[in-house]
Amino acid sequence: MHYEFDFTPVIDAFPDLLWGCLGTLRLALAGMVLAIIIGIGGVVLRDSQFKPLRLLVIIFVEVIRNTPFLVQIYFVFFALPFVGIKLDPTPTAIIALGLNGGAYAIEIIRGGVQSITRGQIETGMALGLRPLQVFRLIVLKPALRAIYPSLASQFILLTLTTSIASAVAAYELTSVAKLIENESFRSFEVYFTVTLLYLALSWLMMRLLAAIAARYLAYPVK
Amino acid sequence: MGKNEFLFLLQGLKWTAILSVVAFGAGIPSGLAVALARTSEWPWPRRLTAGYIAVFQGTPLLMQLFVVYYALALAGLDLEAWEAVALGFTLHASAFLGEIWRGSIEALPWGQVEAAKALSLGYLARTATVILPQAIRISLPATIGFLVQLVKGTSLAAIVGFTELARAGGIVSSQTFKPLLVYAVVGIMYFAICWPLSFYGTRLEHRFAAASAR
Repeated sequence: MHYEFDFTPVIDAFPDLLWGCLGTLRLALAGMVLAIIIGIGGVVLRDSQFKPLRLLVIIFVEVIRNTPFLVQIYFVFFALPFVGIKLDPTPTAIIALGLNGGAYAIEIIRGGVQSITRGQIETGMALGLRPLQVFRLIVLKPALRAIYPSLASQFILLTLTTSIASAVAAYELTSVAKLIENESFRSFEVYFTVTLLYLALSWLMMRLLAAIAARYLAYPVK
Repeated sequence: MGKNEFLFLLQGLKWTAILSVVAFGAGIPSGLAVALARTSEWPWPRRLTAGYIAVFQGTPLLMQLFVVYYALALAGLDLEAWEAVALGFTLHASAFLGEIWRGSIEALPWGQVEAAKALSLGYLARTATVILPQAIRISLPATIGFLVQLVKGTSLAAIVGFTELARAGGIVSSQTFKPLLVYAVVGIMYFAICWPLSFYGTRLEHRFAAASAR
């Protein structure tokens, strides 16, 4: 069998693909922000005095971590209208991504908080640091330093997961690819190119996250 | 949702299990090959597999499935849909298992390899009797963690058009107009497979951590 590769439909639609990349980044960033908010809130509830709340967080984490994102996003997609919230596919996808990432963030952040011992905080206060300084220098920064690598790889994973949001037609790279494929029937060429774009995106993001760590979380502090 | 719909979902569950077992089963030997090449003494196999792993870790699983699916069609191979997606999942698994096992092999003290060499054990004997038995033990929690990822990942075969559990859920939900109920049941089915695995993996991890803390 002989097949002529034809990348012209892909090249013609390249600006659309780049916009799709921006859509993917937007989904990933918004999802990550939501995930961190859920993560921090979840950690507070997870260690609260009230047992039902603790149980609720544990169940949430286990359910999200042991079911596929595709099923989660469909569930959110159909559940939101059911409770009277009408949203476009893209915000729906952000909520699903945030819930998914949030479950993983709870576990990661909790590990970071537990890595700070009571004694370190007491030492800080004994040295005469003000409460806010203790929080910023002794709790927050070392905890961030401890969880940053896991959080960063979770962020990359979340970025790759956004491609599943195409299942509910959210605006991102994979949906754009599907449109181009439907018009040109050049399936292999389209998906091959888009795979390379994802590779570039995750590589860029990895470099950016490493640069942020080197700039703000370097240790020992100069 | 009646009995027939439920049975249809169970059919989907069967295919999810088959896909997972095939991909994991084929991923074990190929992942082992990747891990051994990645820790080889020659630079070329190391570089090649490093690139292979980086590509699979840096792209979405969905894209990997699409590219493999259409590449096979272009190559003129007349495969059934499930064989094509199973191959995609196997390649994915080989990269991730290869990376997990590379980590476990490198976690062994270098003295182990040196001692085996000093006893004039050849590469095969060294790998099979000294390195792998220890590395496999270390890698178990992460390997089980990846198996859970893989079971969840097989749901993406639904987007490629293969009727496993997630797609069966889509079909039943559009027939019954009860998407919430159907996706809840589908979610529970995935949970029933994944949660025991996750639980076992975490328990092993704690046990190994306790053993190495002694």
